[in-house]
Amino acid sequence: MARKVFYAFLLLIPCVAVLWTPFYNRVTPEIVGIPFFYWYQLLWIPIGSALLLVLNCLWRAEH
Amino acid sequence: MQIALCVFLLLFGLVTLLGFVASRWRKGDLTLLHEWGLGGRRFGSVIVWFLLGGDLYTAYTFIAVPALMFGAGATGFFAVPYTIMVYPLMFAVFPRLWSVAHAKGYVTAADFVRGRFGSPMLALAIAATGILATMPYIALQLIGIQVVLAAMGIRGEWPLIIAFIVLAAYTYTSGLRAPAMIAVVKDLLVYITIAAAVIVIPEQLGGYGKIFASLAPSRLLLGPATTANLGAQSAYATLALGSALALLLYPHAITGVLSSAHREVIRRNAAVLPAYSIALGLIALLGLMALAAGVQNNPAHAEGFKMFGANYAVPALFLQSFPSWFVGVAFAAIAIGALVPAAIMSIACANLFTRNIYREYLRPDCTAEQESRMAKLVSILVKLGALIFVIGLPAQYAIEFQLLGGILIIQTLPSVLIGLYTRWLHPRALLAGWAAGIASGIAMWASLSFAKTTYTVVFFGTAIPCYAALLSLLMNLTVSVALSFAFNAFAGRRTDETVATDYR
Repeated sequence: MARKVFYAFLLLIPCVAVLWTPFYNRVTPEIVGIPFFYWYQLLWIPIGSALLLVLNCLWRAEH
Repeated sequence: MQIALCVFLLLFGLVTLLGFVASRWRKGDLTLLHEWGLGGRRFGSVIVWFLLGGDLYTAYTFIAVPALMFGAGATGFFAVPYTIMVYPLMFAVFPRLWSVAHAKGYVTAADFVRGRFGSPMLALAIAATGILATMPYIALQLIGIQVVLAAMGIRGEWPLIIAFIVLAAYTYTSGLRAPAMIAVVKDLLVYITIAAAVIVIPEQLGGYGKIFASLAPSRLLLGPATTANLGAQSAYATLALGSALALLLYPHAITGVLSSAHREVIRRNAAVLPAYSIALGLIALLGLMALAAGVQNNPAHAEGFKMFGANYAVPALFLQSFPSWFVGVAFAAIAIGALVPAAIMSIACANLFTRNIYREYLRPDCTAEQESRMAKLVSILVKLGALIFVIGLPAQYAIEFQLLGGILIIQTLPSVLIGLYTRWLHPRALLAGWAAGIASGIAMWASLSFAKTTYTVVFFGTAIPCYAALLSLLMNLTVSVALSFAFNAFAGRRTDETVATDYR
């Protein structure tokens, strides 16, 4: 049960990160001229993907 | 422009050929619905990756998202958080749907609802919603084709009608195998186009810094949230969340998921499909590049903008930035990117109609062969409906069509997704909740003159603009839960043909 809650928590991390707009609705810091608003959200695509890859490994190890 | 057209036609011809050849690929008996409409449930991780990628990232991606960025700025970027949230949902929930569908031979979400709740009426509501929500989505794909054709100087309805006939013919003969095969070519073209676009165009415009610096501050970020009005920020977050919840409920998404050979395929794909989201994010930025490039001030594009509004932004940008032959490649990527999902959507609608309306109500004793013949016929009718939709209605802001579809399809969430975990919700309560959700969603959309889907609610003195789909889903859930208490207290036995082990 505790493990399931932990998995659900991992799944929710990227969702919360991109839903909380006040955190990232800003221009600075910029990367190669791209405002924070844009690169922050783009960055969460690979992070979200990596989280799912890890979860998938954990899941397979368990079953 | 002749060169662009030649390249375009060459590539279009190639995928047409592929579409027909696909019927021989992993040969199955195409007179059976699950062979024609689900590719025999034999697609492995790689094919499902292409299929779902081609299915979920459509002409909508190429035309409408940058169009919104071009017209409204940062708000259009909601497509990125939207696709970030889709995959955790897919990972957690959809293997269950696959398992139960595999165990019981379900082809559609409505099949599952019928089996789980023993209610043909509820299944009918789910099937009808799926078909209605998908029609404008198919229309959106045809608009995508129309825009690139117009950009190459081909006007009028007939080229679209030819594209329609080609699409209808190979969908009819090959079923889901056709878009699965074409999706591979589509992806290749798309990735080449994007790679070129994000390197070549910023260089022409003097770098990313210059592109963003040229934008008005009101477009660069979302508007500020105050205690009186959360403004663009709540609209942004709710649009992303509502769209994410809705996406996988669409019949074409479910068709893609159910065509997997194994439930592991779904989990693996949830982890690797975000590669497409990167492409989506970069494509969204093309809308800002089009603004910075000043495409709307170029008299050569005036007619295109007059016809298609902001949807013309990306084609105009490509015309302005690429050599003619590459324009042909890029436009073929968009048009083929529209063909793949249009084929899958029409197949998904056909599956729904045949399984849950035709076999349920019209011909309960039909043979498997009659069933699949009906599905093939309906796949044509559905596309014809979308074609009439496109020719009859103005093409402006194609994205709004899809947002309306979202309001409709999200109403199936309680029955389908919550139904995967519990049957506590009573089918009659679910039906009432569904009706309440649809009615309130359409009422909100109507109150916004059918042009917008962000409805403002006032909560303790704070105005909160929200995506109407999410609000109407709340209405739906409230009614479903409240009435379930009542119905469960009185109701007699309910049938559920599934058992707990079917879901694993």
